Amino acid sequence: MASSKISIVIVSGERERLQMAAMVASVGAVSGSEVTVFLSMNALEHFVKGAKAQAKAEGAFGTLLETKKAPPFKDLFRQAAELGDAKVYPCSMACDVLGVEHKDLEPYLQEPLGLTRFLADAEGAQVYTF
Amino acid sequence: MAQKHIVDARGSFCPGPLMELIAQLKSAAVGDEFEVLSTDKGSVNDIPEWVNKVGHAYVGTTEADGVWHVTIRKMK
Repeated sequence: MASSKISIVIVSGERERLQMAAMVASVGAVSGSEVTVFLSMNALEHFVKGAKAQAKAEGAFGTLLETKKAPPFKDLFRQAAELGDAKVYPCSMACDVLGVEHKDLEPYLQEPLGLTRFLADAEGAQVYTF
Repeated sequence: MAQKHIVDARGSFCPGPLMELIAQLKSAAVGDEFEVLSTDKGSVNDIPEWVNKVGHAYVGTTEADGVWHVTIRKMK
């Protein structure tokens, strides 16, 4: 059923970027695209179990997002995985640096993935970076 | 017998209404209708777009007192 491949790389830990990435991931995944998300750098800490739900706002829009009823980005990533079969991978390097393992992360995340494998999987995909 | 379901997504922003619809669609029977209540204008355009793309049927949209009612039918 997958008509196209979408690869999303997230390095930012800021709310606006996580929100936009989550929107692309969830809508892409439920619209028949094969979606792969790669979480690295500042993004990963938000997916550690028990992490504070809200990421820091980058600008005024991020502050506004908090006051409106926009779906939280973590809900959207979970729905991308559950409803659209998106694969959300923590970067193995980021896991090592943060000192976290697969069991410490949100349950809808896959096993940590290395960059070599991610790049091989992303071949021929549309790549979005946040 | 086809049922009609109401998805009350008033107050939620894109893509909240669409995702709420999809979550409920999963467990419904083919032929069932869904009426999504939304105050988000973007979703009112997005839902028919999604429905056509994935192969369900778009029935129609009405608006009353700032709330859009987008109706679709599950086809598969």
